[in-house]
Order: sequence, then C-alpha cells, then structure tokens
Amino acid sequence: MVEFTLPKNSVVQKGKFYSAPKGATRVKRVEVYRWDPDTDENPRIDCYDIDLDQCGEMVLDLILKIKDDIDSSLTFRRSCREGVCGSCSMNINGKNTLACIKAIADYKGRIKIYPLPHMDVVKDLVADMTHFYAQYASIKPWIETQTPPPADQERLQSVAERKQLDGLYECVLCACCSTSCPSYWWNSDKYLGPAVLLQAHRWLSDSRDEHTGERLDDLQDPFKLYRCHTIMNCTDTCPKGLNPAKAIAEIKKMLLVREEG
Amino acid sequence: MSYQTPLARARGLGSAKTGTTHWWMQRVTAVALIPLSFWLILFIQQLFYASYDEIRQWLMSPLNFTLLLAWAFTGFYHAALGLQVVIEDYVNPNWLKIVMVWVIKLTFTGMAIASLVFAIRIAISAG
Repeated sequence: MVEFTLPKNSVVQKGKFYSAPKGATRVKRVEVYRWDPDTDENPRIDCYDIDLDQCGEMVLDLILKIKDDIDSSLTFRRSCREGVCGSCSMNINGKNTLACIKAIADYKGRIKIYPLPHMDVVKDLVADMTHFYAQYASIKPWIETQTPPPADQERLQSVAERKQLDGLYECVLCACCSTSCPSYWWNSDKYLGPAVLLQAHRWLSDSRDEHTGERLDDLQDPFKLYRCHTIMNCTDTCPKGLNPAKAIAEIKKMLLVREEG
Repeated sequence: MSYQTPLARARGLGSAKTGTTHWWMQRVTAVALIPLSFWLILFIQQLFYASYDEIRQWLMSPLNFTLLLAWAFTGFYHAALGLQVVIEDYVNPNWLKIVMVWVIKLTFTGMAIASLVFAIRIAISAG
C-alpha cells in the first residue's frame, strides 16, 4: 500500500555532531542514519567530519573509520569488502549501492548514508531482509529435474547453454534493486521484486533444469510478476551492472510465448 | 504475534495463474490506439468547419463507422486495463480493491455499450 508520510516514530531528527581531529586538511562530512531499537527515541542523523588522510578510499572505509575510531555503536553489515557478498548494501546520496565498491572520490560534498529504503530497520544501517530471503526461497533457487544425473558425471552444458546464465548468475542478492523499486515498496508482500525475479529467470534459463513450466506457473500472477511496470530503477541502481528489468521482460516474453506461441 | 514462517508468508495464497492476457492486451491496445488516434484527429478536425449533416454522412461510410467503434472499444478497453493496474498498485484492502476494479470494469463496459448505441442512432438518423 502506498504511503506518503512517515509514521510519527519514524520522523528523522537531528543527531550528534563529531568534528574532525585538529590539523586535518582533507575533511569529508558524512551524515549517517542512526536508530536504536532499545531506546524510545526517533531515528536521527549523526554528522561526522572525517579526516580522509586517516581513512581508506571507499565509502565502506568511512563507515569502518567511524565504527573503529569515533562511535563503536554504529551498526551495519559488511564482509567481503569487494562487492561479492552483497552485505553492505545501503542508500548513499539517494542511490542504493554497495558501500565497499563506491569510492569516496565519486561523491562531491557531503555523503548521506541511509539504510535500504522502505525496509524495516533492525538497527542503524541494518535492514530486515527476512521477507526478501523468504521470497528468494519461494522461487526454488536450485536445479529441479526428473531425469537422474548421468552415471559418474555431472550434468553437462554446452558453451552456448552456459552463456545463457551470464548477466544472471552474478547477482549477489544485495537487494539494492528490489528496494529501489516503487512497485516493491507498495506491494512487496506479494510482488517478488527485481532481484528475486532475476534469480527466477536464472533458473528458467538453465538448460539443465526440467521444471520450466512449473516455474512459469508459479510466476504467472498479477502481483508476483506483473507488478513490474518497467520503471527501471532496478537496472539503474544495480551495483553489479546487471539488468533485472530485462530479466523480468524475458519472463513476460516466455509466458506470452507459452500462451500464444 | 504470529508463528507463521517467513516462507509461508512469502508464498501466500500462491499464483493466480493469470495476468499474461491483461499485460499483453494493454500493449496490443496501446499500439492499436496509435493509428486509431490519428484517424480521430482527422475526425475531430472536421468538427470545426463541417456541418452536422456533412459529418454524419462522412461517419456513415463503412470504413469511418468501423474506425469510430474500433477507437471507442479499444480506448475504453485500454483505459479499463490501465485503471485496474492503478487500483491494484495503490489500494490495499482486498474488498475495496475488488469493488473498485469491478466498478471500473462495469463503467467502461457501460460506456462501450453506450457508444455502440449512439453510433447506431446516428447511423439510423443518417438513413
């Protein structure tokens, strides 16, 4: 359901300010969304002046600097620091991305860091991904076959068949795309969202899978699939450079061919 | 408090196994409306200078009569499909969503029938 105003306890307030250490010459101002579920306080924006000479080059380094040296209570997810794990997805200057592969130098002026939009916040920059992961599980992201595998051999693919998975298998499920999609904001209870639909297409495209029809049956729904109105925020924001909008269009084409082809 | 698992919530009531026709017809009618709307401009443009009788005679040619009804039916169908999507997007309570979608479907069906009735009346009066 569409929501135009924030609930009272979600209105963001002005928070604390942490000045840069004396003598700092290259100072970057960073504003970070903070919310602690253990207090009754509203969310607030804390402001940190960071000495870039004492900090790494990526936005994730900024956040790590804050946690290590300034405010250890800052909570966020991170792991691989090279865009492979998808943990540090967050909203930086209005765009969802992975903090670890975004250079500080790419942002002029202050950097504003928020959790992924329209998700329940667990704490600070940590969004509740439970429903997102459950939706991923619901599309059965594993190979489904009736034919047993060949004896003493894996299921083979030709080079051309393997190529069908390019642009799909690289998805790290960071949820940047899904949480940038207005359709997903309003109807995520039923709409699967770009990330999960891209994954669904990954399994529809797998030459070894034998359940294409059943997969399409499960997707053919006004809400699960057809809430996509080709807004294209997903493709615009994907930090891995993938094209979820195209993957969704391919699913729609498969359904059309099945019905009218 | 609910002990329902996240997966049960995500799967919900399952797939309705519809939607493809709705989505496809929205596109088909959109494309059809492009040439039909050019014809409509031709029609409306005449309203500025031609007399009522002249326009009536013009409309009564088999081609123009067909295109008039084609534009009306395609337009109303396209509008109903589009408004249904808007309702589904922004209205949450299921009962209200169902009622509003049916109000839209019946309203535009009524308008399509009315346009047919009026076109026939013009045809009869044109003799």
